Amino acid sequence: MADKVWIIPALPALSFLLTLAFGKRTPGKGHFFGLAAVGIAFVLSLVTAGQWLARDTAHDAVGGLDDVPAQCATAVHSVAEEEAGAAHEATSNHGASRPTVAAEGEGEGEHFTRPVVRCVDWFTSGDVKFTAGTIVDGQSVMMLVVVTLISLLVHVFSTDYVHGDRRYTHYFAFLSLFTASMLFFVLSDNLLQMIVGWELVGVCSFALIGHWWEEKPNSDAALKAFLTNRVGDMGLLVGAVILFFAGGQRFHVLDINALANSGKISHTLLLIASCCLIAAVMSKSGQFILHTWLPDAMAGPTPVSALIHAATMVVAGIYMVARLYPVFFHGLSIGGSSINLLAVVGSVTGLFGALLGFVQSDIKKTLAYSTVSQLGFMVAALGVGAWTAAMFHLFTHAFFKACLFLGAGSLSHACHHSFNMVDDMGGLRKIMPKTFATYVIAMLSLAGFPLVTAGFWSKDEILAGTGGMNDANGTYYFVLVMLLLGAFCTAAYMTRTVWYAFFGEFRGHGHPHESGPRITIPLIVLSVLAVVAGFVNLPEYFSFLPESALLRFEHAIEPVGVFFPGHGQGFTHAGFNPVLATIATLIGFAGIGLTWAFYTGKLKVLEGLAGRNKLAGLGKRILVNKYYLDWLYTDVITGFVKGPLARATYWVNQNVLDGIVNGAGKGAVGTGRWVYDKIDQTVVDGSVNGIAGLAGATGGGLRKAQSGRVQEYAALFFAAAALLAGVIVVAVGS
Amino acid sequence: MIASLFAAQACAPSECFAVPANIAFGICALLMIGAAIKVVTETNIVHAALYLVVVLAGVGVNYLILQAEFLAVTQFLVYIGAIIVLFLFGIMLTRAPMGRSDDLDNAKLRPAGIGAAVMLLVVLGGALLSSFGETHLVFSTANSTTALSDAVFNQYLIPFEVVSVMLLAALIGAIVLARRD
Amino acid sequence: MLLNQFLLLAAILFSIGVYGVIVRRNGVLVLMSIELILNAVNINLVAFGANSGIAGQVFALFVIAVAAAEVGVGLAIVLLIYRNRRSVDIDQLDELKG
Repeated sequence: MADKVWIIPALPALSFLLTLAFGKRTPGKGHFFGLAAVGIAFVLSLVTAGQWLARDTAHDAVGGLDDVPAQCATAVHSVAEEEAGAAHEATSNHGASRPTVAAEGEGEGEHFTRPVVRCVDWFTSGDVKFTAGTIVDGQSVMMLVVVTLISLLVHVFSTDYVHGDRRYTHYFAFLSLFTASMLFFVLSDNLLQMIVGWELVGVCSFALIGHWWEEKPNSDAALKAFLTNRVGDMGLLVGAVILFFAGGQRFHVLDINALANSGKISHTLLLIASCCLIAAVMSKSGQFILHTWLPDAMAGPTPVSALIHAATMVVAGIYMVARLYPVFFHGLSIGGSSINLLAVVGSVTGLFGALLGFVQSDIKKTLAYSTVSQLGFMVAALGVGAWTAAMFHLFTHAFFKACLFLGAGSLSHACHHSFNMVDDMGGLRKIMPKTFATYVIAMLSLAGFPLVTAGFWSKDEILAGTGGMNDANGTYYFVLVMLLLGAFCTAAYMTRTVWYAFFGEFRGHGHPHESGPRITIPLIVLSVLAVVAGFVNLPEYFSFLPESALLRFEHAIEPVGVFFPGHGQGFTHAGFNPVLATIATLIGFAGIGLTWAFYTGKLKVLEGLAGRNKLAGLGKRILVNKYYLDWLYTDVITGFVKGPLARATYWVNQNVLDGIVNGAGKGAVGTGRWVYDKIDQTVVDGSVNGIAGLAGATGGGLRKAQSGRVQEYAALFFAAAALLAGVIVVAVGS
Repeated sequence: MIASLFAAQACAPSECFAVPANIAFGICALLMIGAAIKVVTETNIVHAALYLVVVLAGVGVNYLILQAEFLAVTQFLVYIGAIIVLFLFGIMLTRAPMGRSDDLDNAKLRPAGIGAAVMLLVVLGGALLSSFGETHLVFSTANSTTALSDAVFNQYLIPFEVVSVMLLAALIGAIVLARRD
Repeated sequence: MLLNQFLLLAAILFSIGVYGVIVRRNGVLVLMSIELILNAVNINLVAFGANSGIAGQVFALFVIAVAAAEVGVGLAIVLLIYRNRRSVDIDQLDELKG
């Protein structure tokens, strides 16, 4: 399957065409092809994953590149051969008379990833051949499974959720195309193809976010998403072109990675290229300052949001960084403890995104900011060298975030398609037990409930990876602190959504009801995965477990070879740290507990007020909620810092600064008077008037040349060009 | 230089037709320059278009002398067959004066035009004479049409496709501009 | 044959074309002068290409295609000007004047 893997993206692409052409005539009016194609693609992805896990990782003569044809990736082979030669030389210089085979890195018991690359000639331009192909390695296999699974569940969910929509067929067609584009992107083995996939994903998100384009805010949101992404796309293009020319005119990711890793591309070029690519990541993956399109993208149908946030689109940026990791690793000098752009962007987003999650009354927007924040976690993890942790978090995040979004969809399905959890929800835990249970499981996973949830394991790996407690790839206290604060906020605002949606009194109108099986079954599947997905990468710390249960994810996913920094660069993994895990857990619990205390403690007062006067109650409740947030931010968090600090500042202001300012003011007045009398009136005025006169005269003269007649300009242009050419001819000729 | 054009050189295979080709070129060049001057000075607009035909045909003959047969054919077909017709349509649709007309030129700009043209000619001519004074042409490609097709559809496939997209864009642009609504 | 004989012919045609672009008043005639310039460039391309492979002819071909597009759009613009102003005199179009 690994060498025919192009079938997987081809299936949904075919389904897109078939749905557009015949969708209306099939049973179910449109979802038939999409469901079938994505279902088959999911099975095929599982087969591919199985084959990948069963692969032979043992050492071979060509550095794990025996399944990488030389016409697809040339440079990676030459780099591998050079390194093998160098290793051989080194051993013979040391006088060791080991046989050649043993000298080629086998001394350390190295195994290789063995990526499977297949390609065909795409086109030739000049002397450079461009190939199109697929790459199957741990990273792409993981994404294949995640994308097809989430997409399948979203398809199932949508058959109920979007039922009866005016553009039901188009919706499923674009859902298929979206899946196909993301799979195409994931499987691309060269940058050119990745750009194509990247743009296709953008176009599909545009179409789906603006699905209900008749309403102005929706089409605005779609445009905003598209245009914001265009900003970053420029970065991607520039970065790709730099890497192409820096790496000996190669677009293949293995080639670029191997060249970057072996130091054949200069550090400056790598730095510029990675900064350009980070711009692309910031727009696509919603990193801080370019994240604004993500919450607006909630205008689309909820299953689309789930797909965008969990499996496609936003993780494309993370995936791209992971794919070209050596470029970033060496370009940004990751692992040297010095702070770098990737780590800063990620950690700032991790905290700021989470803070924004508090002030939303729309449950989907809260979740959107949560995604922004979690993507920040992933980017920060990549920025501190915790590659596997980032991928692992991507993996687990896909499940619980999809579950949360689909849960929000289920809630709004019950509450007349409103997402306003403050006004239209509440007390739904009894009415919608399945949605409640799955939502809480996913929420706990996101908040990092210890030991049993997936989110705990992946988040802990990221925190450990920042090296605050142990020395893996340098130490990043800044990132660690930002991410711990982010984790606190995450736990708090997720508790808030649970409180508003499921507890208290029902505040909407009508009679909510539990959703049907086509909505609840995807929720149950995802919530189960939100728990068990964490156990695939149990850290080595738990040595009482059999070794075959530990670090499965890392062994299956992380590349080993000349195309990854792990190859002889002192690239280490952070181990499990019980102290850090306890701190993170306590912080999570503190977030949940504090929020819970606010809402339960004050609730009776609120209900009483709301009960007496409905209109005043509604207005008051909003005001009081605002107040809660102010209280939470200003008093609890910043109040302690701010109060004493403000008093001290005031004292300094009154006693020290005032004296300085008054003295300076008196001096300035005196100087000013002297300057006015002596200099301003005579020297300055004269020169100002003179310059103004000169400018007027020049303008008047030049004005005549601006006749507005094109031919006069042409005459001037040609005469000037001839003059200039003449000057050059004379200068060069002499 | 003039002498070397007509010097009877030892007849290398590719140079055998040098003297007749040079004579053909000379006649053709004189015709072209004369016609080109008429194009920019003629007071009858239709005559100007017809003189342009002479220039374009001369360019085609130049292509033939340079052994670019396919280009020569294209020149005759596209320029003389299509573009000139387009010009004539343009003249008719804008109701240009068919007979002689004295206000086709902007007399005020004539000194500027002559100045710019002469300056360009001096600079270009000087540069060319000093750079390529005695460079001879050596025709290498035996069948240039085969080589041309190979190059266009292999090496220059992408520019070729881009040109086709550009033609489409120009087509749409022309329709949008010219339609009446 | 000398390379220069073609290049000089092209230079002369080019200069005549420039003169036409500057002096002619009628829009269609200006376009014709531009054709002169383009053809001069094409002669250059083919003459240079004769010594060094086929690239010159390929680009001359592209220039012919571009010229065809240019004439199409240019004449459409001239037509539009005529429709709006009942005249195609370029020197009356001086709205660019500040």
